[in-house]
Amino acid sequence: MFEAFLELAWIVIKIMAITVPLILTVAYFTYAERKVIGFMQSRHGPNRVGIFGFKLWGLAQPFADVFKLLLKEIVLPQNANKFLFVLAPVITLAPAFAAWAVIPFSDTMVLANIDAGLLYLLAMTSLGVYGVIIAGWASNSKYAFLGGMRSAAQIISYEIPMGFALIGVLVMSGTLNLSEIVRAQQGNIFDWFWLPLLPLFLVYFISGVAETNRAPFDVAEGESEIVAGFHVEYSGAAFAVFFLAEYANMILISALTALLFLGGWLSPFAGIPGIGDTVLGAGGIHWYLAKTVFFMFTFLWLRATFPRYRYDQIMRLGWKVLIPITLVWVLVAAGLKLSGAVTLGA
Amino acid sequence: MIMGIDLQVILFYLFSAVLVGAALAVISSRNPVYSALFLVLTFFTAAALWILLQVEFLAVVLVVVYVGAVMVLFLFVVMMLDINLVPLKEGFVRYMWIGIPVALIMAFELLAVMWAKGRFGTDQFPVPADRAADYSNTRAVGEWLYTQFLLPFEVAGLILLVAMVAAIALTVRQRKDVKTQKPSRQVRVKRDERVRLVKMKSEAPASKGGN
Repeated sequence: MFEAFLELAWIVIKIMAITVPLILTVAYFTYAERKVIGFMQSRHGPNRVGIFGFKLWGLAQPFADVFKLLLKEIVLPQNANKFLFVLAPVITLAPAFAAWAVIPFSDTMVLANIDAGLLYLLAMTSLGVYGVIIAGWASNSKYAFLGGMRSAAQIISYEIPMGFALIGVLVMSGTLNLSEIVRAQQGNIFDWFWLPLLPLFLVYFISGVAETNRAPFDVAEGESEIVAGFHVEYSGAAFAVFFLAEYANMILISALTALLFLGGWLSPFAGIPGIGDTVLGAGGIHWYLAKTVFFMFTFLWLRATFPRYRYDQIMRLGWKVLIPITLVWVLVAAGLKLSGAVTLGA
Repeated sequence: MIMGIDLQVILFYLFSAVLVGAALAVISSRNPVYSALFLVLTFFTAAALWILLQVEFLAVVLVVVYVGAVMVLFLFVVMMLDINLVPLKEGFVRYMWIGIPVALIMAFELLAVMWAKGRFGTDQFPVPADRAADYSNTRAVGEWLYTQFLLPFEVAGLILLVAMVAAIALTVRQRKDVKTQKPSRQVRVKRDERVRLVKMKSEAPASKGGN
């Protein structure tokens, strides 16, 4: 009995070791977003809120934002469905966090090393859409409902090219286990899946941006048309939970892209004479975090660079461009694998 | 083991109770949106039961396909319908005299098949043995689908494809009087079609007065 309790406590500690840094990353991701976009637009970004009178380039800004949101009143709209209205942010947040259970951070660092890891991820990411739909419906507001509908249609559409891109990875690696998928990419930067699966790699990341409703695919929020979309009626802590889930999903997509196409924790220099024998050649969690941060930066970069798509253009891109590309390249990947042009674990 | 009962058994009865409760709520809730959401809960709990049977592939696919895609579209439709809830509540008593016999007959038929033939029961379906640690449900499903059941699998896929094409062909409507953009035309457009450069002398307003 006591041993079971000890095991349970150990698992809870491991879960905390993932979620607490994740929440802190989300907090500073919002700060990084404002800073990066600020610099790209030749502004300073937040630079006032510091600690004990020191400004510190505005590093305490995320905490000021969090406390502001937590202290605000949660307004329940009249005629809103109270139960579902409160439930929706939780339904959005839970899968965004639960998906992290199967992510292998390094060769040994993984909470749940399950065989169907990739399928589990697909299942979790497909659940997030419920929070959006329920929020849109329960708010009893036309703007929220339209935003929810747009977002849900977009998420479902882009799940298809995303799934097909994953099939390419599965064809190459021959396993659903995420740790094994990384091990199948063993070697340096030219042995990773991004090279033989280059179109799928691009499609996956583009679909990921669309799936998280981020610019340039952020018609679900579309400030200029539908105010703020599905969370227009939310305020205070409930709004903060939606915010948290959106950013956690962005980090998740970045982490998955790094994991599936850029060799996870593997070093880009492994096995290269000269550099490969030094510290740089050893794999580890630092490589994985560096790759993830690169894609997180790309999210911000895209937002600062591109104007918003029109809704019919989004649907056209997803259904008529991305899906055919993935369909063809899955066959090409199977051909590459069968012909022996790409061998695993160089 | 808690008080001599296997944890799996406790979980089985817990999930089963949730599943039956949610399934009852699907047909008994007044609001169709609640019904759809309870159906989501039913599917999810069924997936949890399948996990207990160590068929993780089927369980996760149930969540991905039914919860992640089918039910979302269901919710879409239900939410878009402008249903007046009051007429839905009427007529329960009026139709009860025909509903109850039908339900009883169906229940009797089900039970007759189950007990008369002895096809169900614990002696027919013993508790499945625990799988080996390296057993992969995904691999097993794949091997059966592509060897033993290849033909039925391919036929089922073809039927689904035909149904999909038919559904699209039946619902697509090309309206002539709608203005749409054709991206291929937009991309191919040349400067001459949009801009006309006119050569003319610069004109300054005739100066009146001033210095």
